[in-house]
Amino acid sequence: MTHNIYIYIAIMAGVSFLIRTLPLTLIRKPITNRFLRSFLFYVPYVTLAVMTFPAIVQATQSPIAGALALVLGMALAFNGASLFTVAASCCAVVLIAEWILL
Amino acid sequence: MSISHTGEGARSHTPALARGMRDGIPVGLGYLAVAFSLGIAARNAGLNAFQGFLVSLLNNASAGEYAGFTTIAADATYLEIAIVTLIANARYLLMSCSLSQKFAPGTPMRHRLLVGYDVTDELFGLAISYDGWLDPYYMYGAILVAAPSWAVGTALGVVVGNLLPARVVSALSVALYGMFLAIIIPPARKNKVVAVLVLLSFALSLACGYLPFVSTLSSGTRTIILTVVLSAGAALLFPVKDEVKEENAA
Repeated sequence: MTHNIYIYIAIMAGVSFLIRTLPLTLIRKPITNRFLRSFLFYVPYVTLAVMTFPAIVQATQSPIAGALALVLGMALAFNGASLFTVAASCCAVVLIAEWILL
Repeated sequence: MSISHTGEGARSHTPALARGMRDGIPVGLGYLAVAFSLGIAARNAGLNAFQGFLVSLLNNASAGEYAGFTTIAADATYLEIAIVTLIANARYLLMSCSLSQKFAPGTPMRHRLLVGYDVTDELFGLAISYDGWLDPYYMYGAILVAAPSWAVGTALGVVVGNLLPARVVSALSVALYGMFLAIIIPPARKNKVVAVLVLLSFALSLACGYLPFVSTLSSGTRTIILTVVLSAGAALLFPVKDEVKEENAA
């Protein structure tokens, strides 16, 4: 390896930090433009939904276990279960399903 | 009885910090599992446990770090690793723009920098589900649990590649997705546009894995494209109501 590993790490850290802090420090006022405000309102839901499916089904050893976690998680969240309850229940159902299936 | 040492007033930050730490637990558990597998990638790239720990502590990114490790393994130039990190983490730029609107106007720079340090998919999710202006101390609580879990998990992955049984890793790996569901489903129940948007996101995200050309893009890039297209479409067709007017009407 001809490159210094710590310079690699410093560059990665610098880029990662700037990407996150520049918008937070430069945009200091509420945005008044209606389109932009609507856009930013919808961003988190789309981003998180896109990252959840189909990834949840692919993350487990058995896709069926992942699918069960998806259905259970959605049902619990729909009925107002807390963040921790939903997350823990998803883990539990995968553990049980794979114990039976595999 | 709370005495402020910061000179910011008598308000105690302890409850927010404690709440953040509690909500940070599922994040930390999921991080341990994911970081563990990331540590294996770090070891394959030739990093030792300390270096893996350092990368994770300073980057707080899964795809970004993974891309970085493969770049390091290829002995690429410093410019290349900067570009790779930028592309793999570009979605955080979008998240931070969105998050900037959760900070009360006049929030000091140090809070913006410290919260910005750990804008991840999961912590961003927590921040968005926080009612009203974001309390930085709530985020600090979550970060205090999440960041060490991420870094330690990576180091553990480097040292003992396959310590955890595959079944446990498999189960822990859905904790993060369960958390995402807990964040996006309740608002979808209240707001039909969000509900349709969530289902549409699921469908298109699945489709993008199979479509020609699009399926060759990295998952991070696909997330950015889908987020921009769907959010812009929804914003054009269903602009959110003006908050001031809404409050007056209520």
